Amino acid sequence: MAEPFDAAVVVVGAGPAGLAAAAHAAEGGASVLLLDRAPRPGGQIWRHRATPPRAARAWIDRVERSGATPLFGATVIDVPAPGCLLVEHEGLGRRVRYERLVIATGARERFLPFPGWTQPGVVGVGAAQALLRQGARFAGRRVVVAGTGPLLLTVAAALAENGARVVGIAEQAPLGRLVGFGRTLTRHPRKAAQGLGYGTRLLGIPYRTGSWIRSADGRGGVERARLTNGRREWTWDCEILACAYGLVPNLELPRLLGCETAGEALALDEVQRTSVPGVFAAGELDGIGGDALALATGGVAGTGAAGRSVPAALLQARDRERAFAVAYKRTFALRDELRHLAGPETVVCRCEDVPLGRLESCRSSREAKLLTRAGMGACQARVCGPALGFLRGWAADSVRSPLEPTPLSVLEDQR
Amino acid sequence: MAERVRLMIDGRVVEAEPGTSVLAALWNAGQRTIRSSVTGEGRGAMCGMGTCHECQVRVDGVPHRRSCLETVREGMEVRTDG
Ligand SMILES: Cc1cc2nc3c(=O)[nH]c(=O)nc-3n(C[C@H](O)[C@H](O)[C@H](O)COP(=O)(O)OP(=O)(O)OC[C@H]3O[C@@H](n4cnc5c(N)ncnc54)[C@H](O)[C@@H]3O)c2cc1C
Ligand code: FES
Repeated sequence: MAEPFDAAVVVVGAGPAGLAAAAHAAEGGASVLLLDRAPRPGGQIWRHRATPPRAARAWIDRVERSGATPLFGATVIDVPAPGCLLVEHEGLGRRVRYERLVIATGARERFLPFPGWTQPGVVGVGAAQALLRQGARFAGRRVVVAGTGPLLLTVAAALAENGARVVGIAEQAPLGRLVGFGRTLTRHPRKAAQGLGYGTRLLGIPYRTGSWIRSADGRGGVERARLTNGRREWTWDCEILACAYGLVPNLELPRLLGCETAGEALALDEVQRTSVPGVFAAGELDGIGGDALALATGGVAGTGAAGRSVPAALLQARDRERAFAVAYKRTFALRDELRHLAGPETVVCRCEDVPLGRLESCRSSREAKLLTRAGMGACQARVCGPALGFLRGWAADSVRSPLEPTPLSVLEDQR
Repeated sequence: MAERVRLMIDGRVVEAEPGTSVLAALWNAGQRTIRSSVTGEGRGAMCGMGTCHECQVRVDGVPHRRSCLETVREGMEVRTDG
């Protein structure tokens, strides 16, 4: 018999939010299981191969000391009964029972369709960072970084540091809004310092604001990006176009559980509780806000999940970061022009190769699925869903289980 | 790092640092195109984190493995040609 993984508090996701939640819950006296699909803790920001970055180390050590049980290579794929998760681990389906659940599944990038976006060599911005940390070499490669948000600068700097020739950075937000955001940063000294840190590495790299990608051109792979600022167009030659329009929270698990959403995030109360009793959420599910918000919300959720009252200092830290997230959202709001990049022939659903033109007569994601198969493929609308949400204002269709493609053996042989 | 892992990509022997993802190994071998879409378009990795399924390969005979979620292993056989 395999040993049971049951715990009073189960935390899903070991990024900054999940690590903070697990540490706080275990320090509060609860038995804690922290699980993540990845082979190592750290989530997106602290992704690593051999040695975790310093900020991550402190939290990984703290989780270790707290007595929480970590379980990696473990993917939550279903919710077979209340208070119970189905987890795939080492090719087996394992039922994990919890009294309280903290969901910290993070975010993915928002991709918007434009002509040529399906060409090999077009990747996300965080994706380029993830590739780098997975061991991909960028030395000598010409890369264009485009889309929106501070991640553009973080990633361009990391690529440049690893020998890539960053041809240029295109930020869709207009300069005026970025200046306002800069002023907000002065109230967040740590973030401003991070911004200054890029300065030297990004020296000499063109940074165009109010600018976006029109198309990716090439044969059998991207060779150049065509850009515009609404008044004139230009091209940048590249083998890699890293382009993404911010992040969207991974809401599949909470939605399967029936948690109420608020816009693109979850509806959460003062202590990070969702609308479902016993289920808490933290990190990017609170609203896109980066590592500091993730740590703060994780701390609150973990404390609450352990049944402890949350210290005021923790709540204040969280509220400061939430205010920052609001400013961030306003600054990097997507411009209307981005809704009109894709033509009728541009593929929108990359799994089923459905072009935008075929969605003309559809009025919802459900209808699109039924009539065109858009959103029915392997990614289960995780890419085209948020894109059509922006392009058409369509709400996400209901979540299907299993959450991930799963071998039948795992579903049949549960222990 | 002295130690190297050897794997096969479409019948070719490729060396990679331990801990490298299969996707990164493909990328380092100069391969941007990884799979063929349902209408036969060449596709490459998009998200790097297991979301988009554009990086699917066959690993040791098992189809539909996301190469960005797989770590290289000694003797692993990776096929991008179906
Ligand atoms: C590709 C990408 C790269 C990024 N790079 C950076 C960066 O370099 N710097 C930066 O400041 N910010 C980066 N970000 C932003 C990032 O979202 C935040 O900085 C931060 O990591 C959010 O923390 P989190 O704990 O909320 O989520 P994450 O750090 O995203 O952690 C979520 C964890 O949940 C796990 N998970 C999700 N679903 C399941 C499931 N069903 N079962 C089991 N485990 C699951 C994931 O494997 C992941 O480890 C990146 C985002 C993305 C999408
Ligand atoms: S690159 Fe998207 S799933 Fe691997």
